[in-house]
Amino acid sequence: MSEANDDWLYEITPKRKLIDLNFKEIWRYRDLLVLFVKRDIVTVYKQTILGPLWYFIQPLFTSVIFTLVFNNIADIPTENIPPFLFNLAGITAWNYFAQCLTGSSNTFRSNAGLFGKVYFPRVIMPLSITISNLMKFGIQLLILIGFYLYFVFIAGHDISPNSNLVLFPVYLFMIATMGLGLGMIISAFTTKYRDLTVLVGFATSLLIYISAVPYPVSEASKELGSYGWIVEYNPITYIIEGFRYMLLDIGIFTWASFGYTFLISVVLFLVGLIIFNRTEKNFIDTV
Amino acid sequence: MSIILKAENISKQYRLGTVGTGTLGHDINRWWHTVRGKENPYLQVGGVSNRASKANEDYVWALRDINFEVKQGEVLGIIGKNGAGKSTLLKILSRVTAPTTGSIKTKGRIASLLEVGTGFHPELTGRENIYLNGAILGMTKPEIKSKIDEIIDFSGCEMYIDTPVKRYSSGMRVRLGFAVAAHLEPEILVVDEVLAVGDAEFQKKAIGKMQDLSTGEGGTVLFVSHNMASVKSLCTRGVVLENGYNVFEGKAEEAVNFYLKSSDKSEEADLLSRKDRTGNGKILVSNIEIFGGSKLKLDSVISGEFLRLRFYFEVHEEVNEKLIFGFSMRDQNEELKAMVVTDEMGIDVNDLIKRGYIDFSFKNLILRGGLYNIQFTLSKTNTNKENHIDYMEKAFYLNVLQGDFYHIGRLNRAYTAAIIPCFVD
Repeated sequence: MSEANDDWLYEITPKRKLIDLNFKEIWRYRDLLVLFVKRDIVTVYKQTILGPLWYFIQPLFTSVIFTLVFNNIADIPTENIPPFLFNLAGITAWNYFAQCLTGSSNTFRSNAGLFGKVYFPRVIMPLSITISNLMKFGIQLLILIGFYLYFVFIAGHDISPNSNLVLFPVYLFMIATMGLGLGMIISAFTTKYRDLTVLVGFATSLLIYISAVPYPVSEASKELGSYGWIVEYNPITYIIEGFRYMLLDIGIFTWASFGYTFLISVVLFLVGLIIFNRTEKNFIDTV
Repeated sequence: MSIILKAENISKQYRLGTVGTGTLGHDINRWWHTVRGKENPYLQVGGVSNRASKANEDYVWALRDINFEVKQGEVLGIIGKNGAGKSTLLKILSRVTAPTTGSIKTKGRIASLLEVGTGFHPELTGRENIYLNGAILGMTKPEIKSKIDEIIDFSGCEMYIDTPVKRYSSGMRVRLGFAVAAHLEPEILVVDEVLAVGDAEFQKKAIGKMQDLSTGEGGTVLFVSHNMASVKSLCTRGVVLENGYNVFEGKAEEAVNFYLKSSDKSEEADLLSRKDRTGNGKILVSNIEIFGGSKLKLDSVISGEFLRLRFYFEVHEEVNEKLIFGFSMRDQNEELKAMVVTDEMGIDVNDLIKRGYIDFSFKNLILRGGLYNIQFTLSKTNTNKENHIDYMEKAFYLNVLQGDFYHIGRLNRAYTAAIIPCFVD
């Protein structure tokens, strides 16, 4: 046929570009993104009596236990901050990271049925998980603020946030991109070989202990000695520490560590995006 | 009309067996070749996809060098046996998976319907699921909003629309899913055999909608089916796949005939050499053949369609008494499903037999889908055993494919009693 062959809308080929993201297409599916987010939020606690209250209960209980174990038994100092508030702040930030990570690391496996039947930009799925977790984070932030106000005005503690609070959106961005990026990398590697899924399960529950969640970084450097690097080179550490620093004015903040974390999270996100993209074309054959 | 979709040398390779440490070696080797800028070494290997044969290679070609073009407004039927590669082709067309080699170019947006109700969430209500499912299929929210009443009406589930989908019957779920899909307005629609579900009324609606799309709105449809009757009635062109190869491309009618001819080759029985026959043997049935409406010799027939059964005779010794020829069709449980005897029909067959063959024609084959064996009797004067000239059981196997006897766009059930032509007044 002597058709003008240059006006094809798109082409389905086995070839893969390094980054094959069609932003126009993703934008066209923005409604799907919104609906997925809505679905995730609405359906989780359907047919439960306490409903969204469960969002509050999980971080509260974790903070109580952490306070009992790390501050009452192990006697980890938290300066002038009430240990409960110290832990709650760390856990709130940590939860967002962990949920983004575990949620997006399952993208390919848990949606194989859907992905096997219909095409839409696959990246919508992990994005929707990140956004719906952001909503959950918002709710959990509310209780953090609630307890914050309680400790300041009723219990009479002298706590205040510092000027770093303007970096709040940047911290959120770093948590989201790091969790998402790492999750996408894992999800791509678990389509064919399932080994990593086993790792993710217990690794996240161990990672919390080397990410300075129940203790300040200064304690780790002091007590761990030559093993201190495990905590100090862990980029999540600085997110947690920085998050507490701006809210509670406790701990250490350096622009070097901030830049380091920011760089790592952007790199992780980009690498995750590339690997995810390479996998999405054929994963259904091997999942 | 302009070409809207063009497939060039589409091939798809799959690995046989399970994924494990064994595949890791191949993956590393493949990766090592890519790093050095070389071609995937496993593209050179791979057997033909034939599910019945023994696998002696690690790789198989589910599709091999498929080429076809689809013009705007065309309804292309893709037919083939189980495992011929139809679904793989659909998956590639709908971008669920990528081809191993080759490319598909398209000028229109493709919406695929490999399943109805994809992504339904059981906890969400019917209305919420319409939005979700519509968005998954590529509609935007305002688009769905403008059509929501139509969709609800089409589904016929208005009463339940604000009830969670998990409380729906399976039929209602399908109706809701199809209702959403039917209101897609893609330039190219790819449909798998979704029409085989739902009740008759709904199937009629569904087929009507597909016809509207292609005739009224100039949409292009790619339709995969086992249902030869609906391929014939819906499609303008057909592609026949066999073991991953594109073995025929042409008009829908011709494609269906090609498929029927090539499907399930019945045993090439040389009747004359068979010893399992009784009777005095003065005249022998030498061959049996079947033909379709276009006088084409077939290997399988479709229920509800025209069938001509031809019996060939070899006369060894003239018989002057009145001859009676009869045959019966039995299903695989040896149950008698239909019988034809010439004396009942008031036909004198002596001359026909002398001529060499008798044709028995059925305007609408009443047998349902299944494999039937034909038993025949040639006798003189009456059909008593002592008067048999030639008699044989299982002389021929008739492969009947499910069809659409009443021409309403749905398949009749397979393998039960014969269909009696009947109408409601």
